[in-house]
Amino acid sequence: MSEVLLTVDDLRVTFPTRTGEIEAVRGVSFTLGRERLGIVGESGSGKSQTGRAIMGLTPRHAKITAKTLNFAGRDLLKISDKERRDIRGKRIGMVLQDPKYSLNPVMTIGRQIIETLRTHERVSTSEAKARTLAMLEAVQIRDPERVFSLYPHEVSGGMGQRVMIAMMLICGPELLIADEPTSALDVTVQLEVLGILDKLVAERGMGLIFVSHDLRLVSSFCDRVLVMYAGRVVEELPSADLSKAQHPYTQGLLNCLPVIGSDRHPLPVLDRQKEWAL
Amino acid sequence: MSAPPLQIGDNLKPYSRDWLLSEQPTSRHQARLGRAYVIWRRFSANRLALAGLGIIVLLVLVAIFADVLAPHNPVQGDLMNARLLAPGTSGYLLGTDDQGRDILSRLIHGSRLTLFVVVLVAIIAAPVGLIIGTVSGYAGGWVDAVLMRITDIFLAFPKLVLALALVAALGPGIENAVLAIAVTSWPPYARIARAETMTFRNSEFISAVKLMGASPFRIVFRHVMPLCLSSLIVRVTLDMAGIILTAAGLGFLGLGAQPPLPEWGAMIASGRRFILDQWWVAAMPGAAILIVSLGFNLLGDGLRDALDPKEAGQ
Amino acid sequence: MTLTDTTAVTRRTRRRASSFGMAVVRFVVTVVTTFLGLLAVTFFIGRVVPIDPALAIVGDRAPAHVVERVREELGLNLPLYQQFWIYIKQALSGDFGTSVLTTNPVMADIARVFPATIELATIGTIIGALIGVPLGVLAAVKRGSFADQIVRVIGLIGYSVPIFWLGLLALVLFYAKLNWVAYPGRIDIVYEYTFTPVTGFYLLDAIWQAQWDVALDLFRHIILPGGLLGYFSLAYISRMTRSFMLNELQQEYVVAARAKGLSETRIIWFHALRNAAVPLVTVIALSYAGLLEGSVLTETIFSWPGLGLYITNSLQNADMNAVLGGTIVIGAVFITINILSDLLYRTLDPRTKSR
Repeated sequence: MSEVLLTVDDLRVTFPTRTGEIEAVRGVSFTLGRERLGIVGESGSGKSQTGRAIMGLTPRHAKITAKTLNFAGRDLLKISDKERRDIRGKRIGMVLQDPKYSLNPVMTIGRQIIETLRTHERVSTSEAKARTLAMLEAVQIRDPERVFSLYPHEVSGGMGQRVMIAMMLICGPELLIADEPTSALDVTVQLEVLGILDKLVAERGMGLIFVSHDLRLVSSFCDRVLVMYAGRVVEELPSADLSKAQHPYTQGLLNCLPVIGSDRHPLPVLDRQKEWAL
Repeated sequence: MSAPPLQIGDNLKPYSRDWLLSEQPTSRHQARLGRAYVIWRRFSANRLALAGLGIIVLLVLVAIFADVLAPHNPVQGDLMNARLLAPGTSGYLLGTDDQGRDILSRLIHGSRLTLFVVVLVAIIAAPVGLIIGTVSGYAGGWVDAVLMRITDIFLAFPKLVLALALVAALGPGIENAVLAIAVTSWPPYARIARAETMTFRNSEFISAVKLMGASPFRIVFRHVMPLCLSSLIVRVTLDMAGIILTAAGLGFLGLGAQPPLPEWGAMIASGRRFILDQWWVAAMPGAAILIVSLGFNLLGDGLRDALDPKEAGQ
Repeated sequence: MTLTDTTAVTRRTRRRASSFGMAVVRFVVTVVTTFLGLLAVTFFIGRVVPIDPALAIVGDRAPAHVVERVREELGLNLPLYQQFWIYIKQALSGDFGTSVLTTNPVMADIARVFPATIELATIGTIIGALIGVPLGVLAAVKRGSFADQIVRVIGLIGYSVPIFWLGLLALVLFYAKLNWVAYPGRIDIVYEYTFTPVTGFYLLDAIWQAQWDVALDLFRHIILPGGLLGYFSLAYISRMTRSFMLNELQQEYVVAARAKGLSETRIIWFHALRNAAVPLVTVIALSYAGLLEGSVLTETIFSWPGLGLYITNSLQNADMNAVLGGTIVIGAVFITINILSDLLYRTLDPRTKSR
């Protein structure tokens, strides 16, 4: 681990509801350099909220606290809204789950990508367009000119997710948070999109936080894995050492993975125990 | 403490709060009451909705006890001593009109006419819309196509103008006004009932009833219609305000209730001549219309939010 | 290879063409049946509901020979379906009979008064949209706040108040007491003879002819009824805008736009509102159509010489031809606006365009 990009210490995200407060994230800590970190957990484990809290995209009524939430020397909890916006899209990008919903349906793809660029950099119209086309090419879109003027509904899911990646990487951020970026895609397309993501992250030397429910995918793609359960990190380990996982929950997740050629009867059921959530 | 001879479910006192909110109701009766209680809790948490309910309850009470409440005769005035008295004159809280009639008494008696119109329109239009909508939605095919085309034609009509033309042909009068408003009110109900019917037309429980040999008639009337009721009630309540306003508009144009009936819209029309100097003659009935239709709107909003929390958000 | 390719393409094109053709056919059928339905309903009201339609048209004070002539003109001795056929033919050629009150053809009367109504409804809609949309956006963004409550109350009162009553009170306050606006009517009597309107839309004419004093006078006449209709349209538009915006602000693309580093202002007014605008166009069109109807009562209060006043005057004089003619025209405009808003919706939403 070279320089430290992001330091998270004791991050908590609390939602007030009518029946009392709900802590979605309860004391998550980790540091991240220019590496790939996977965050795995079942739905409701707080993995997505962790990513969103770093971006400052938690709903307004929620409460975020942390001992440290530091990105490249800046305290993310103390900076103004303006500084926050300057970081978003420019220094931290975020890819959301389903391009069907995360792209604005009434704007052309080209305009949406250009919008990111021109929010953060003063560039001429022609340069903006040229860079957008180059970016579309970088996410391996064969006919960038055509895709540039299409609307999101006119492209496939895989293509849409590439557009989303292009939109978030055009300003060259140092960190990318990918929130279940392939869960909404067909299995065959998943690998393509992951390949593109992999290549770009490697080429540009970015840090990556890869949020997913798919332990196998994360372990094959990331350097390190955080396993979350009920708002807490229950285990942190290098992907290579996954088989040595200590925590019963992680072992349970691993056991759920089917192995080709073996008979799985009865199907294993994930064991959840109340004391893990404490 | 001696245990009661018959234990209900998980030892809850019948009709207590916990009994109503029980996750495992032991009887249909308990489940139904529990659901009603949950809806009531959501409804009563909304202060504006409660205010709306209060206004409507008050309106009904005033209409029932009009004879007792009204201090003066609503039709016969004191032409000699009490013409166009200002509000607050002794004995005339809201003043008097050009014929020496107490405005408050007229408003109190007018509440009966307002309720009459609203209830009658609802009784005529809602069942018509419900039947057309459920039949259309359940039958599908050309029946649906024809019925919905007719509905759309009526929906395409501007309501007030159609009502005006109808009353013009039928002749002025409160019964004809009711009829005209009812004719213009049913199409949205048919649309709602049809949409609701479509959502569960192919559901398992309808198939089950069908397998048991129920006739289409029975399915529509016994199984489909009750399920459409809650959204229909919300819509009807929300429409009440519009009905009151249309009725008042017809009355104002002299096409609704005829003098000397104390209809609020007609009262505004007769007060129009004195609006510059005796503003209260026209202002008071208008305020009554505003309050009552506001009450229906608040009640309708509250009902919608309570019955359909998805829509309400928060 | 190429052969199969081309056949596939032609097949696809043909299928697309036929589905497009089907859509057009369906559209035409809808429009035609709706207009036929409109005529059928007015025919029913005019010929079937009254005991003696001829009497209903000329009024019961008319001399016997007039009644007889009208009965013959209407073909009341013919079977009903033939009468309807004649009625449709006449309506399509713009013949709604003669007004008993003005003795002009009803169509000529309507052509004369309708621009005044259009002018009033347009002003009302402009006011309603210009204020209602921002209010709705504000309420959605600051949901649950004091501002949201205020917008809600403004809307609720707009839904609940009798328009003619509010108009009367406004006249008392702004004309009689404060003298800020002109008396009921459309134009001051002084200008009635010096000003020659060309299009029937007086405000536009006055501005076009650079007659500023006339324009000011017209403005002082239209502002109160126009503002009143604007309030009604505002109540509806702000409420719908709020609900559309709440829906849009929950969408994932808003999160994505924030992740891009856009300002809230841009996200709200550009991204979310642009999406909400798609259904909003329909709402604004519907409110415009609603104002044409609302003008009936408003024009009566403000002596505004438009179609609404024409209809109520005719009602008062039992002039059935004029009433039904006015009903048909308002109904037809209503339907047309509905159709246009539907078409506009399609052009605004890229998703409804086929590739």
